[in-house]
Amino acid sequence: MEQIIVNGLYMGAQYALIALGLTLIFSLMNVLNFAHGQLYVIGGFMTYTVSVKLGMPYIVALISAGVSLAIIGAILEKFLFRPVIKKSVREESTMLLAAGVAFFLDAAILLLFGEKQRGIPKIIDGVFNWDFIIIMPYDRILIGCLAVLIVILFIAYMQYSKAGRAMRALAQDKVAAQLMGVNIDRYSMIGFALAAMLAGVVGGLLVSITGVNLGMGGPTSIKAFMMVMIGGAGVIPGAIAGGFILGMMESVGLTVLSDFGDITYLVIFASLMLFLALRPQGLMGKPWG
Amino acid sequence: MMQLRTKFFAAAACAFFLLFVVPVVIEISGRWDFYYTLTSVALLSIASAGVWLTFYIGRINIGQGAFALFGGYASAILVVKYGVSFWVTIPLAGLFCVLVALVIGFPILRLRGVYFAMVTLVMTEVARLTALALPITNGAKGISSIPLPGSISLFGITVVPDFSTLENVKLGFYYVAVVLMLLTFAGMYRLVNSRVGHLCRSLQQNEELASSIGVNIANLRLIAFSISSFLGGIAGAIFVGISQSIYPASFPVKDSVDFMLNCFLGGLGYVFGPMLGTLVNYFGWDLLFSAGEYQLLIYSTLLIGLMLALPNGLLSIFSKAKN
Repeated sequence: MEQIIVNGLYMGAQYALIALGLTLIFSLMNVLNFAHGQLYVIGGFMTYTVSVKLGMPYIVALISAGVSLAIIGAILEKFLFRPVIKKSVREESTMLLAAGVAFFLDAAILLLFGEKQRGIPKIIDGVFNWDFIIIMPYDRILIGCLAVLIVILFIAYMQYSKAGRAMRALAQDKVAAQLMGVNIDRYSMIGFALAAMLAGVVGGLLVSITGVNLGMGGPTSIKAFMMVMIGGAGVIPGAIAGGFILGMMESVGLTVLSDFGDITYLVIFASLMLFLALRPQGLMGKPWG
Repeated sequence: MMQLRTKFFAAAACAFFLLFVVPVVIEISGRWDFYYTLTSVALLSIASAGVWLTFYIGRINIGQGAFALFGGYASAILVVKYGVSFWVTIPLAGLFCVLVALVIGFPILRLRGVYFAMVTLVMTEVARLTALALPITNGAKGISSIPLPGSISLFGITVVPDFSTLENVKLGFYYVAVVLMLLTFAGMYRLVNSRVGHLCRSLQQNEELASSIGVNIANLRLIAFSISSFLGGIAGAIFVGISQSIYPASFPVKDSVDFMLNCFLGGLGYVFGPMLGTLVNYFGWDLLFSAGEYQLLIYSTLLIGLMLALPNGLLSIFSKAKN
């Protein structure tokens, strides 16, 4: 049981990071970013390229993945999402754009990085073993701790920096924030870049353990949507809670339900729908997001 | 406003074109494969019309793939296990989907915006996993070698011949799909311009306001969602009839997203948007097949470009001209 909980916490920390980015974009721009999983995959491939192909240290690779994803995010916001949001009659039109971007990134990944599964060598060797109650490779512990650290940094940034305050104000009330002199365009771009960077960094973290491949984008997006729904769309603590809850459910489900065949996800999805029927705004969301 | 007569002529011309001109053109050119493509477009546009209707009440529906799958399985199981005629299973599949929609829709239609979108997206995945897990759907092996549709006789006259005796099955299915598509869109046009249609539009704009002036929003949402699911179900059932098989992966999330994209592409404000959107989407993708590995890249670039140029759909090009 202890092992299941530790696995769940480890998965949850990764998931929380992905969900944070998605919820940030949603809260700032009301955009459901279908391409979030693809951004994550690009982050993984970027880390692989820099650390294996160019032979740089892992930490350099991770930072370069974060930086390049932030640039990609900023470009996406400035040249694609911003003009479409301004021109379209119905907000939902951005979903078509987001889906188009997801397809585009999938195609770009295929052309740039190929369809092979890629991974990088273990960062540190060895396995942590506590009396055979909890067994965990050291690199997983390191990655888990890094993920938690990044989550804390992100919260601190949103809480105490000027940009963070501006973004929270925008998420609360766009018009009021604008009247107080918050530059919407600028902070939407920063927010999008930040979210893309988070996705890229998670990709960079997980490439050292599970590797990445082209097909991971779509399923990752769906998982991220689920986490955001559990916690409540556009709410930062909600996204973190959603990430940990999903990680825990997966970890428990895969162990407990394994006797009944491959039904873990069916149970998770079904219980999620039931949960949302009872509490449409998720755990912490405002009613109607 | 167009005159009633003009509208009638336009509809008749459209029907004539699809039912007589297109087959003749295909006959002359010898491109038999076009029947299958056009049949698919017609069926997909029926399902997209359903999605469009949920857009019309202000809900983003990414779950139509689930209903196509439900409809497909309902039809396949009725035909294979209970020996029901394929033609009877089409409405039955639709009704089964309506039943599911009523049960699921009652709680989830309270959700709005992205919540509804995400729940329906998850629902597509639930449908696939359910089909994998249930015994009656035969798991991952699916149901295959479903017999072709039989004949329909009315008062001793054969109205529709037995499809297994047909010389060209594709043409048969083409007629079925096109007739159903015409009926669907005629019905949609009628619905949107009826009192219920106007009420639906009020939901799209402001549900609280609509409710405060006495519109029964809960009922109306359920009705629209049921119609949408019905259309998804019959489209799925006919697809199964054509391919004679169904698997849990027959209608994946990609299809659900495509149904939604078709609506966006054609334009959310236009009844015939989903029809045009499906045509453009399907043919665009097929035409780009020759681009090989760059197919997805070009396709998505065009999609993004279109979005930048015409964010309100292809049909908005006409309303722009008017302004």
